[in-house]
Amino acid sequence: MVVQGVTGRQGLFHTRAMIKYGTRVVAGVTPGKGGQVVEGVPVYDSVEEAVDMHRQINTSLVMVPAAFAADAVIESLEAGVKLVVVITEHVPVHDAMKFIRYASYRNACIIGPNCPGVITPEAAKVGIMPGHIFKRGRVGIVSRSGTLTYEIAYAITAAGMGQSTCVGIGGDPVVGLNFIDVLEMFRRDPETESVVLIGEIGGDLEERASEYIRETNYPKPVVAYIAGRTAPPEKRMGHAGAIISLGAGDPESKVRAFERAGVPVASTPSEVARLLRTV
Amino acid sequence: MKLYEFEGRQLFRRYGIPVPGFEVVDSAEQARRVAEAFPGKTVVKAQVLVAGRGKAGGVKVAETPSQAAELASSMLGAEIKGERVERVLITDYTEIARELYLGIIVDRFKKAPMVIVSSEGGVEIEELARKSPEHVLRIEVNPLIGLTDYQVRKAVMFMKLGGGLAEEAGRILRSLYKLFVEMDCELAEINPLAATPDNRLLAVDSKVIIDENALYRHKEFARRVEGSGLEEEARKLGFTAVELDGDIGIIGNGAGLTMATMDMVKLKGGRPANFLDVGGGAAEDVVEKASRLLLTHPRVKVLFVNILGGITRCDEVARGVVSAYRSLGVDKKIVVRMMGTNEEEGKRILRDNNILPYDSMEEAAETAAKLAG
Repeated sequence: MVVQGVTGRQGLFHTRAMIKYGTRVVAGVTPGKGGQVVEGVPVYDSVEEAVDMHRQINTSLVMVPAAFAADAVIESLEAGVKLVVVITEHVPVHDAMKFIRYASYRNACIIGPNCPGVITPEAAKVGIMPGHIFKRGRVGIVSRSGTLTYEIAYAITAAGMGQSTCVGIGGDPVVGLNFIDVLEMFRRDPETESVVLIGEIGGDLEERASEYIRETNYPKPVVAYIAGRTAPPEKRMGHAGAIISLGAGDPESKVRAFERAGVPVASTPSEVARLLRTV
Repeated sequence: MKLYEFEGRQLFRRYGIPVPGFEVVDSAEQARRVAEAFPGKTVVKAQVLVAGRGKAGGVKVAETPSQAAELASSMLGAEIKGERVERVLITDYTEIARELYLGIIVDRFKKAPMVIVSSEGGVEIEELARKSPEHVLRIEVNPLIGLTDYQVRKAVMFMKLGGGLAEEAGRILRSLYKLFVEMDCELAEINPLAATPDNRLLAVDSKVIIDENALYRHKEFARRVEGSGLEEEARKLGFTAVELDGDIGIIGNGAGLTMATMDMVKLKGGRPANFLDVGGGAAEDVVEKASRLLLTHPRVKVLFVNILGGITRCDEVARGVVSAYRSLGVDKKIVVRMMGTNEEEGKRILRDNNILPYDSMEEAAETAAKLAG
């Protein structure tokens, strides 16, 4: 994979961590810094050049500042990259709508923005999550959060279970892969036996995921957790997408929707692990 | 970021969307003068961001300029649903024959702009959509292509307007969409779009919400924090806070984790005083400022810090917390739970300063709740 924004503070830190974890980071891109080598990785001025020199690149991790994120994503898509993971927070929503729509026309997949990335424990991570918290196992996690995901992953590891793959879809109102997309992937993944879905206030992705679970008679057990159940309405709780407003996004409606779909909702991160044992 | 009605109207004007004549004033005397310039009745409208200002008495018709001055006087400085009225809008009274609804939102599920049209304006659109969905039309716009002519035709036909007004409505919709995109809106709404007896269309009210993440490219809207002192201070210091009404201050790293911490404290019987997310990789000085902010808050009795450090270093956090605590010398309790990068070093620093570090988020939350009483 290629890291866009590789020479930034975050870029350097996480490139090193990913390589250490086993991810095949073969190139980095920072316009103007082509020719350098950082963390053992060659830097190029453009994604096109990077892909030209390293034909095996199929994934990009975007860690550039928000004002340049859309440009970076589109650059990757035009270079033929099929999976773009956007870590960057504060990407304008109009930019996100555009590049996500464009990705669909290029048969490419966007994860994020404002997400921690994806990890398959003890194999590879395309993202910023601390690898040591995860352990290879059979629980799939899909989440809107970053550090809360680590908390719950830790609870699962501590309970003697492990994770198959963990996907952070991001905390913004408009994101690429959503819950249903990842649930579909987990359904088809032979390594995943059960799924943990970590939601938040705001939007209706959880309600739609519940509907999908019900309508497809989802074949694997799912346990949910919703953050922000005690949040006041009309206030943005950190994440751009975490706001109860315009008549939607209320946490109790999400809890009810899950319960109707037969998905137990944990009240604490450690309860997630307990519920996994009973489903 | 919500815009005030008058800002929305100014934007409408800029984009060629017809609005009744108006001016913003902040004194009764100005209100009188402005009202005198209008031919007949005027409407005095409190400029507040809270919803439901009409029912709370924030919109009143003035028969004479004197009355306009009186109404302005009673509104200015008063509070409407907890928000202080700093300005009022004096606008030309509009005779309304029909009320329509025209709005554009970012649809999160479709990941695209959604045009919403109704021939029944003047009411809460969500309620209308629930009670009589057949009166509401939604049109998904391709963000890469923009609003097309056939989509405009579809919307206008749904509004069932006669000849001249149909064309005008189409023009207004196009202008609204242009505004929506160019101004990076999350929402741009005209409710009601009024058809007057003399066959004109006017945007009688305006609601515009601009994506905060795009403010860097709209410098004209100086970043405004609609919130309490705590929220404003936090914003200035570089992190996000939301004020609540309890006595346990909460600091976390990551919005989801901080929300979960807030929820857990409540679950254990405590009352969170706030939500404060220091974000990822917070250094000692940021943590110190955040801790200081909460420790000096009059309502806060206990400070609960919950850190799961990836890029965030536990030792930096510990130093920040200790620094604030020691320099303030307040008689408040501190509960810290930390895990992750440099946790051993972080815990050592805390213990050296008589703060017992927790491993378990649940136990720490329970302790915090107990300490607050």
